Amino acid sequence: MIHVFKVMAMMSVGISRMRRVLRAPAQIVLGLLASTAASANPVPWQLNMAKGVTETSRDVYDIHMVVLWICVAIGIVVFGAMFVAMFRFRKSKGAVPATWSHSTKLEVVWTVIPILILIASAWPATTLLIKMADTSGSEMTIKVTGYQWKWRYEYVDYFGEQPNINFISSLESQSNRTRQLGSGMDPHSVNVDGYPTYLLDVDKPLVLPVGVKVRFVVTADDVIHSWWVPALGWKQDAIPGIINSAWARIDEPGVYRGQCAELCGRGHGFMPIVIKALPKAEFEQWMAAQTSAPAAAATATTLAPTTAPKG
Amino acid sequence: MAHAAVHDEHHDTHDHKPQGFLNRWLFTTNHKDIGTLYLVFALIMFFTGGSMAMIIRAELFEPGMQLVQPEFFNQMTTIHALIMIFGAVMPAFVGLGNWMIPLQIGAPDMALPRMNNWSFWILPFAFVLLLSTLFMTGAGPQGGWTLYPPLSLQGGNSIAFVIFAIHMMGISSIMGAINIIATILNMRAPGMDLLKMPVFSWSWLITAFLLIAVMPVLAGAVTMLLTDKYFGTSFFDAAGGGDPVMFQHIFWFFGHPEVYIMILPAFGIVSEIIPTFSRKPLFGYTAMVYALACIAFLSFIVWAHHMFAVGMPLGGELYFMYATMLIAIPTGVKVFNWVTTMWEGSLTFETPMLFAIAFVILFTIGGFSGLMLAIVPADFQYHDTYFVVAHFHYVLVTGAIFGIMAAVYYWLPKWSGNMYSERWGKIHFWMSVISVNVLFFPQHFLGLAGMPRRIPDYNVAFADFNMISSIGGFWFGASQLLFVGVIVHAVYFSKNRATTQVWEGAKGLEWTVPSPAPHHTFTVPPVIDDSMLAHGDVTH
Repeated sequence: MIHVFKVMAMMSVGISRMRRVLRAPAQIVLGLLASTAASANPVPWQLNMAKGVTETSRDVYDIHMVVLWICVAIGIVVFGAMFVAMFRFRKSKGAVPATWSHSTKLEVVWTVIPILILIASAWPATTLLIKMADTSGSEMTIKVTGYQWKWRYEYVDYFGEQPNINFISSLESQSNRTRQLGSGMDPHSVNVDGYPTYLLDVDKPLVLPVGVKVRFVVTADDVIHSWWVPALGWKQDAIPGIINSAWARIDEPGVYRGQCAELCGRGHGFMPIVIKALPKAEFEQWMAAQTSAPAAAATATTLAPTTAPKG
Repeated sequence: MAHAAVHDEHHDTHDHKPQGFLNRWLFTTNHKDIGTLYLVFALIMFFTGGSMAMIIRAELFEPGMQLVQPEFFNQMTTIHALIMIFGAVMPAFVGLGNWMIPLQIGAPDMALPRMNNWSFWILPFAFVLLLSTLFMTGAGPQGGWTLYPPLSLQGGNSIAFVIFAIHMMGISSIMGAINIIATILNMRAPGMDLLKMPVFSWSWLITAFLLIAVMPVLAGAVTMLLTDKYFGTSFFDAAGGGDPVMFQHIFWFFGHPEVYIMILPAFGIVSEIIPTFSRKPLFGYTAMVYALACIAFLSFIVWAHHMFAVGMPLGGELYFMYATMLIAIPTGVKVFNWVTTMWEGSLTFETPMLFAIAFVILFTIGGFSGLMLAIVPADFQYHDTYFVVAHFHYVLVTGAIFGIMAAVYYWLPKWSGNMYSERWGKIHFWMSVISVNVLFFPQHFLGLAGMPRRIPDYNVAFADFNMISSIGGFWFGASQLLFVGVIVHAVYFSKNRATTQVWEGAKGLEWTVPSPAPHHTFTVPPVIDDSMLAHGDVTH
């Protein structure tokens, strides 16, 4: 019964949301524009992948678009032929069925053409993948460790020095209170600088310098997680007992948000990732401040009380 | 005995049906009755798994947690998948195979009728066991249907029940597959050469080999989970020298062929229906059969494309990308051949044809997103997002399930002896095909915008498309009640008797037996006339 009331309450809230849905068309256009701009964080009505803020992420976006347009082109030809057939060869229009049932020439054609298309799309994908796998020449190393349900960041190496910065990053408290079942709090009211940050903000972001090739070594302590900031163009599974690596060189200062992408238990939806990218000089100031006050850096915020165990 | 009374009945129903409910259904060895049991079971599971999907879509209707705890949400996603895959899609195909393979190849029954009975009657127990975990202390499985350790081993003892249920489902599938292979290889009527068989029977022959090959692999994987949990082994535990990624390799060595197990019979169904309503032979019959075999072979060598983000070596990623892209070629051949079958045909659009055409278009859209997912650098973005959710629901709902619905409308007159209501069938089709796109198409956008899958709550930027998707979900769910209505009406209330031929353009042995198909058919092997066979110009 309680659930029935909850559903009804939800529906009534839903109606106000529905009005927003009805105002959609203008926002869809906005969403399209936003997604073609170099935006990095999700926006309402976003239709496409964001280009991100690294050369790699833009390459990933480009190859995504190439393959998408190849699919659209094939779709137009195939579905076009189907619709022509459906309208031209109707029995109700007196169509008389032909009796032919094979043509070796045709079948060779539509085996060979897809092979050529596949080779054409595998080529750039291979080049890009080789580039993405190459972590050599990294100037900085960050160790990322996934826990249920937070991330630990260790600054292992910065141009040959060991910064000795090490902290835990977990969901900030307003999101965490709002997301409790029956909290009665509105997710729309969780904002930072006008950007809705519900479930996409942390207490302590990963601070990184712009223009530096950062190597991430990714692992986990309990179950498998996956470290994903879309603006960087990749995700990397964080697996207990295994250390994976990936790299990024961020081009623009800014705040880039992501989430855990591998199911890791009840808090899976509640362990966001936030990168704060600073110009190199500002980053070094930040780093100096952290190392001079190690106590502050080590203030590892644990996850605020989560939902009571079910049962 | 049981059939003494039947002899007194009207002369055109030489039925010899066993009398009494238990005799008829529990002890049955008749392929048609077992087929019916499978199909009814699949329908019940479809609604069970579907109601879980409704809970998922209700929680995701808007941001914030409104209805369920995350733990329960995770149980819903896990069990929804297990029920739909092992309880709805696979048994539905086995049911269709049971009903139609003997009729299509001119056999009196399945080769191993008692095993057939057993392979069905295991299933209800397996699913009761699986569903019972929802009511256990410590709750049901919450680690996703893929059961990745270490997460899947974190929960309570329900995992042991889930593993035992999976073993039973596996045994059932393997027995079903053995039966189908034995039937097709041994019991074809004289003159029914393998390359004259209807494509549906071909698709099942190939699927059955896939099942026999991979169900034991799944059984091995889950057994290793069991021993890791209860007997101190460390197959997948890094702390004990094991490797959590090894589970994923073993699981997907089963899992990828599994997804083709769920689509190849649908390919077969569509290859029956499109020629019938185009009144034109299937284009490239031989190529269609080889394409099926080719897809089945490729399914064994592409498994790690489900794991591009686990940190495989570069060479491994490149290999699995290239191998995966190859699948597009035989799949393309199939799609092009269906379209060419329609070309210069004489088309009518009864409900089975509508579902078959929707299958070709929407499955192809799922194939396109599959091709995109094969591109490893792009997959680093798509992986584990709603883009993947959209992809596999296009191939499984508008693919496998639309294929099953097409088959039910196509063969229901043969099974029941009555025509279904074409008007309500078409309403069911249009409601389903529109709502399913409202449901799943926006999920592509959500994934591309950055929404991970399997999360119970999300940022408000994802709110609009989630609401649209949920509305589509409730609409699609409600539309399926029409499906039940149409079936019940056709079986029990329709006054519109089906002819033997049923469909003007239908070819094949199943259309030579009366409607409804008598309890026993082809007790004497039929004399095969090549012009009656399949749809292709099979003499070449």
